[in-house]
Amino acid sequence: MQYMLLIYDNEKEMQAARTGDVDKMMASYREFTDSIMKSGNMKAGDALQPTSAATCVRIRNGKTLTTDGPFAETKEQLGGYYLIEAKDLDEATKIAARVPSARTGTIEVRPVRVFTS
Amino acid sequence: MLRPVHPSREVIERVFKEERGRILATLIRILGDIDLGEEALAAALEAALVQWPHEGTPANPRAWLIRAARNKAVDRVRRRALFEEKRAEIEAEAAHEREGAAVDFDDDEVSVPDDQLRLIFTCCHPALAVEAQVALTLRTLCGLETDAIAHAFLVPPATMAQRLVRAKSKIRQARIPYAVPDAEDLPARVDAVLAVIYLVFNEGYAASSGASLIRRELCAEAIRLGRLLVELLPAEPEARGLLALMLLTDARRDARVDAGGEMVLLEDQDRARWDRDEIREGLALIDGALRAGPPGAYALQAAIAGVHARAARADETDWREIAALYAVLRAVNPSGVVALNHAAAVAMAEGPAEGLRLMDALAGDASLVGYHLLPAARADLLRRLGRLREAAAAYREALAVVGNDTDRRFLERRLAQVAPARS
Repeated sequence: MQYMLLIYDNEKEMQAARTGDVDKMMASYREFTDSIMKSGNMKAGDALQPTSAATCVRIRNGKTLTTDGPFAETKEQLGGYYLIEAKDLDEATKIAARVPSARTGTIEVRPVRVFTS
Repeated sequence: MLRPVHPSREVIERVFKEERGRILATLIRILGDIDLGEEALAAALEAALVQWPHEGTPANPRAWLIRAARNKAVDRVRRRALFEEKRAEIEAEAAHEREGAAVDFDDDEVSVPDDQLRLIFTCCHPALAVEAQVALTLRTLCGLETDAIAHAFLVPPATMAQRLVRAKSKIRQARIPYAVPDAEDLPARVDAVLAVIYLVFNEGYAASSGASLIRRELCAEAIRLGRLLVELLPAEPEARGLLALMLLTDARRDARVDAGGEMVLLEDQDRARWDRDEIREGLALIDGALRAGPPGAYALQAAIAGVHARAARADETDWREIAALYAVLRAVNPSGVVALNHAAAVAMAEGPAEGLRLMDALAGDASLVGYHLLPAARADLLRRLGRLREAAAAYREALAVVGNDTDRRFLERRLAQVAPARS
């Protein structure tokens, strides 16, 4: 079964972090990614550019609106994801707990929906 | 025990009630789905009601019901032509079983105690909201009807039904496993199970009007679950601690409310009305729970209840022992309520002035804001110290935040005693 691990963290704090801390974070992410590749759990994963690089698209009354944003008032922003294979939720949450950002932010674990035809 | 050869409906339903929890747990394991398990079980009961009166009670009613339910589930899945993989799996098992049909079922091969333990951990999974955990536990493990659970928790039946549906679909969609957690996760997961059971108990124990019968049933179910957990996790001292705590608390049930429905304080209770059997069982459990390493919060609370239970009269209570136990409990579970109880025990052991000193130190405790028992307990100590004006002020403070009518009437009576000519 596949689960999406959505990584939410405070991007302002991340951007303000000292170089040494950023390097450490990157190193722990590399280590984590390697470990779930080796264990066969890793399906995909990416880091995202901050929300300042984001663009929102909506169609309202037939018109396409393209705007800067999002400017949600939330403390944590989506900063990356992993798509993993796990046998059940317990395995998935254990892997989620090892994502380095779990220590500072929140990892949302979402089962991937399977459509049966 | 001999069963009648051609049982009546009542006998069949009684067998079913006794076996229901174990059978359902096994069916959920086999079928991998709570709804499918519940439907299959209901169909198996119908079949039993038709067949047993003619054919007699089978030698192993549980195995019969499991087999019948599984066959019903196969039919159902086949009819729906859904869950192809699941169907093949169930059919293979059924075929395997037909081959060995001559062999009689061995109870434990069919329904293992671990099935119920797995289901407990599924129902009390931390990925479910606590109120969903409670509802699911009562519905699935205790077999309470949705309406009864709704009634007990004072929510509309439709709300409770929806809560159960959501919980079951989350289990399905997120694939919450039917499994006993591994050693690493076990302590935290056991804590979650104990918390759910204690919550059910407290919901039943909280004095309340109207719904008292169903509330009593909640206490009985919590104790039953506590017993089951002790049986399934014999190495878990806190399971024993919780069961002891519930038994020793429940033992006082009849004495804690008077004929007029008013709350009776522990010190004023008629101890002859305490349930001796529950006390005996509770005290025996404490010994085991306390001997197994550093005591946990439930075992300590049970030990405190045990000191009360041992005192034949209120003035024979060993308050020094209770104060000492609360001091240990404060270290294990540093909460405002525990600190308040510790202060109250110290007041009994060493006098109201010493207790008041500890209580005044709790004035800034954020967890006690709006909690009526802090001003109520202060008021009581001030009253005993003869500082009646301050006592009256504290009783009024407690009355301003109290939520329960029984407690309110008690505080009003006390206030009238210290401030008879209230201006």
